[in-house]
Amino acid sequence: MDDDIILNEVATRVVPMICLFGVYIIFNGHLSPGGGFAGGTVIGVAMVLFSLVFGLRATFAMVPENLLILLTSLGPLWYAVTGLVGVFRGVGFLANANAGINLGAPGSLFSAGLIPVITFGVGISVAITVTILFVILVEAD
Amino acid sequence: MKPRHLMLLALPLVLVIALPMLMVVATMPTYGEVNPTFNYVIEHYNAHALEETGATNVVTGIILDYRAYDTLIETTVLFTGTIGVLLALKSVPRRRGDLSGRRHNP
Repeated sequence: MDDDIILNEVATRVVPMICLFGVYIIFNGHLSPGGGFAGGTVIGVAMVLFSLVFGLRATFAMVPENLLILLTSLGPLWYAVTGLVGVFRGVGFLANANAGINLGAPGSLFSAGLIPVITFGVGISVAITVTILFVILVEAD
Repeated sequence: MKPRHLMLLALPLVLVIALPMLMVVATMPTYGEVNPTFNYVIEHYNAHALEETGATNVVTGIILDYRAYDTLIETTVLFTGTIGVLLALKSVPRRRGDLSGRRHNP
């Protein structure tokens, strides 16, 4: 597939844009429609497009397979460790405002306490899941 | 045990599982009914989500603050699915002394 000029050029320009849009959706999850699941899916789809156009070899050159497998557990781990903040503050697991965290001004990027942090973990988890499912299924074929 | 006997065993099991579900469905409000017993949570979320979670997106405020446990388990569902696919499709290179006799892809 390396010889298709149109496909290569379009993918080279589109994949970074899709990734950027996914990051935007993730980090605006507490301000506008979106969030970890939607943004993570967008990033995962960008990775699927990349591996469709440039092949599995180029994908693994960018993100090694072992790293991908390792990153699978990062999302839930990030989420659970963030939940421990409430435990160390003396209130319940996954507490946000009750843990005494400053919620900030509603509508600004750094607001809503731990919600953007958790959204980041969910986004990582979903993006890695979409990527690894596609990559492993293609590889096993 | 013959398959026929297994089916006889399955019948009480289905009844035990299905009866509580049907009882739950029976207590659900009819569609469109304004019953305060089932609506106070929605009203509380609509009125207090912004001040209690700080998120202008109320949906995010609900799923990541009020229902954070639910979303955590949802994330582990994704994790479990990935691990299942990896276990089923990814062959681990075996050591030389392994006598299990299984072939593996290089």
